[in-house]
Amino acid sequence: MTAMTSSTVPSGNSSALLVLLKARTFIALILVVAFFSAAAPNFLSTANLVIMSKHVALNAFLAIGMTFVIISGGIDLSVGSIVGLCGMVAGYLVLNGIDVGLGWSVQFNTLEICLIVIAVGIFIGAINAFLITKLNVAPFIATLGTLYVARGTAMLSSDGRTFPNLNGNAEYGSDTFRWIGAGDIFGIPASILMLIVVGVLATYIASRTPLGRFIYAVGGNERAAGLSGVKVNRVKYFVYMFSGFCGALVGIIISSQLVASHPATGDTFELNAIAAAVLGGTSMAGGRGKIGGTIVGAFVIGVLSDGLVMMGVSSFWQTVIKGLVIIAAVVIDQAQQRVQARVALQAQAAIG
Amino acid sequence: MEQEKHPIGLKIRGGTKVYPGTVALKNADFDLRMGAVNVLVGENGAGKSTMMKVIAGVEQLTSGSIFVGGKEVILTSTEEAARHGIGIVFQELNLFPNMTVADNIFINRERTRYGVDIDRAKQREATRKLMKRLEHDIDPDALVGDLKVGQQQIVEIAKSLAQNARILILDEPTSALSAAEVEILFRVIEELKRDGVGIVYISHRLEELIRVGDYITVLRDGVITGARSMEGVDIPWIVLNMIGDASKDFPKTLDHPFGDEIFRAEDVYLPNSSGGFTVNGVSMSLKAGEILGVYGLMGAGRTEFVETAMGRYPHARGTFYVDGKEAKSPHVSDRIKMGLAIIPEDRKQDGLVQILSIRENMTLSSLGDLSTAGHLDLAKEKKTVGDYVKQLLIKIASPENPVSSLSGGNQQKVVIGKALMTKPKVLLMDEPSRGIDIGAKAEVFRVMRQLAAEGLGIIFVTSDLEEVLGLSDRIVVMSNGKITGEFTQETATETALITASAVGHAASHEHKETVS
Repeated sequence: MTAMTSSTVPSGNSSALLVLLKARTFIALILVVAFFSAAAPNFLSTANLVIMSKHVALNAFLAIGMTFVIISGGIDLSVGSIVGLCGMVAGYLVLNGIDVGLGWSVQFNTLEICLIVIAVGIFIGAINAFLITKLNVAPFIATLGTLYVARGTAMLSSDGRTFPNLNGNAEYGSDTFRWIGAGDIFGIPASILMLIVVGVLATYIASRTPLGRFIYAVGGNERAAGLSGVKVNRVKYFVYMFSGFCGALVGIIISSQLVASHPATGDTFELNAIAAAVLGGTSMAGGRGKIGGTIVGAFVIGVLSDGLVMMGVSSFWQTVIKGLVIIAAVVIDQAQQRVQARVALQAQAAIG
Repeated sequence: MEQEKHPIGLKIRGGTKVYPGTVALKNADFDLRMGAVNVLVGENGAGKSTMMKVIAGVEQLTSGSIFVGGKEVILTSTEEAARHGIGIVFQELNLFPNMTVADNIFINRERTRYGVDIDRAKQREATRKLMKRLEHDIDPDALVGDLKVGQQQIVEIAKSLAQNARILILDEPTSALSAAEVEILFRVIEELKRDGVGIVYISHRLEELIRVGDYITVLRDGVITGARSMEGVDIPWIVLNMIGDASKDFPKTLDHPFGDEIFRAEDVYLPNSSGGFTVNGVSMSLKAGEILGVYGLMGAGRTEFVETAMGRYPHARGTFYVDGKEAKSPHVSDRIKMGLAIIPEDRKQDGLVQILSIRENMTLSSLGDLSTAGHLDLAKEKKTVGDYVKQLLIKIASPENPVSSLSGGNQQKVVIGKALMTKPKVLLMDEPSRGIDIGAKAEVFRVMRQLAAEGLGIIFVTSDLEEVLGLSDRIVVMSNGKITGEFTQETATETALITASAVGHAASHEHKETVS
């Protein structure tokens, strides 16, 4: 009897601790929101919440794509540049269409423009995957290369200038381009709705499809996955192309919100995306991570920086605080892993 | 008389080493004699490596003591052991492939000027001398990664020599060497013996042991079952001590007729990096319900053969037929669809995704059957996993726990479950009993028998004599990438198998030098 109680008590504690640790990103979000609600008077106003969500959405898109890539054991440094290049492509298409020579040009409506831009983003993702799978370039290097190439191409596309006044043309059906960034349905901004769609889709892929399971398996142990019949290269193509897709969406949204596209847009966005993924519990070693966690992580980062702005904290301090939060997240993640392993081993030992 | 010529340099008394779950070494008394080759032999998992790790300071004894030169010592680290003049050449090479030969040999003992600046010229000179002694023409400035495995082994040995080791442990030093290189190694050993160095020599190649050894110690299940001077020792004596007289057998209770041919491999070749073939023209055929044992030593090409069958190596040549149909696509997933499934040798590296749960590991190969149009049926998955857990008697607290929390035997059953879920016709099992305890072994073998009775064809690779003789309906022996013998249950004997597994390596007896 005594033996039984003494053996169950510590495991009970560990389990409770584990639940707390697993929900840490969510707890952090609640704490951050509570803090700023008290400290910054307008923080909880609807207008502020909508603006903040729009900010967060941009990073959340990239972070969702990044999460898949990191779970599969890779990294995608090129997303920020994909955002910039895709924004430029969108801006160019709205302003000029495609010149087919002899003074003719083809103009596109908003939907067509979006599809073309998305295709460009996915194509760059496919190049990343090609370099990584067929040419055996390490993901860090391959995507670092495409980071520069895509950024340079964006600069070249306009000679470093901004494409201004992307109001579109009703004649061509591209006047609705502004709606993507400014419009809303039942008061919910379009970009937030898109985030919900992409988030739900990604969560579904991760948890309810063989493809999602394969992504985790490839990141956890590529050799074992291969010998189990997983088509490793196909999985890698998917994750990098999906990341490119997310980058393209962000490029479209930003250029629509600003009604202009600038080639330097999206600089260092990839780092924010990685930060959100890590904050949400994604393991850089691969094989572990949750889309939901990443979205919450993106909100923690976004709420933190917007809240600090509202409190009038210097942006230099914001950067320092962001860094500390990321480090703390990873340290706590390590603790969670240890507790989790202990709980599993205790449960296993209990049955002998 | 010989005993006096070779004083005891190191001894273990009452050495016991316990790992969680297993006793690797039980109350062992071991004498290591100087100026002689002390041969250590036993099957995989018999405790040879554990004993050597204890001597080399890698592991500590749970109880018992070690004496060096009559004084009791406690070896807490390899440096500590090196101070007592103990050097070890591990089976897995511990070299830095991106550094030069000289750098590797003097790692952590760099020759320096004023304690900072590495004196490369001096290191190079010393390396050259060592290489000359080892009769190898290896450039001190060559990168270790560019060397052949045999040459790397020589570098490892040179590293130990450079430390002036008085006791040198060689763990399977010849497994990667060619016949000529083995000759050189043996000459070096002779020379070391004359210098009074005590050598411990571990190998699975019995002929080689008899040729090179002066004293022999046989281990079985962590217990020393025989220790004597090599005089008068022959292979049957070693085998007897390795396996024991009352060979515990795995009774073949289920007798069943075989079906038609279900698997055939024709002329399989797998080139290796040094221009030869790891698998060299292997053909074999298997009937439904038959268990075909593939026996051979490490590096004989057995693992590579089954992996080639599975489609792991796109550059391999050869044709495979499953149930009469030729396997055309080289993809693993298509081979699985045809009805092949593999239990890999290295469970950790090739069999399981340690970070994922038991459930996710088990269904990894058969997610297609558990989903419709890309949508996973989680309820069906859970039920299927539950069924297999019950059928294979896997002991788990919850299928959601990470697979890394399981013991070796249960992990192996998860791998078997994963393979069976794909509804295979042919099961390729590579060392299915590796690293699991006796109880789990019996379980695995029971499952194998039962599967064969249900009409599955099983190809089962092992380097364990007892297992291959007890379980197989037919035995094929491989050596150096080739099939060197084929036996039925009636014709197979331990000696015949061992002889066949040494074809192409056989160190000839005529050269045996008599030192005594």
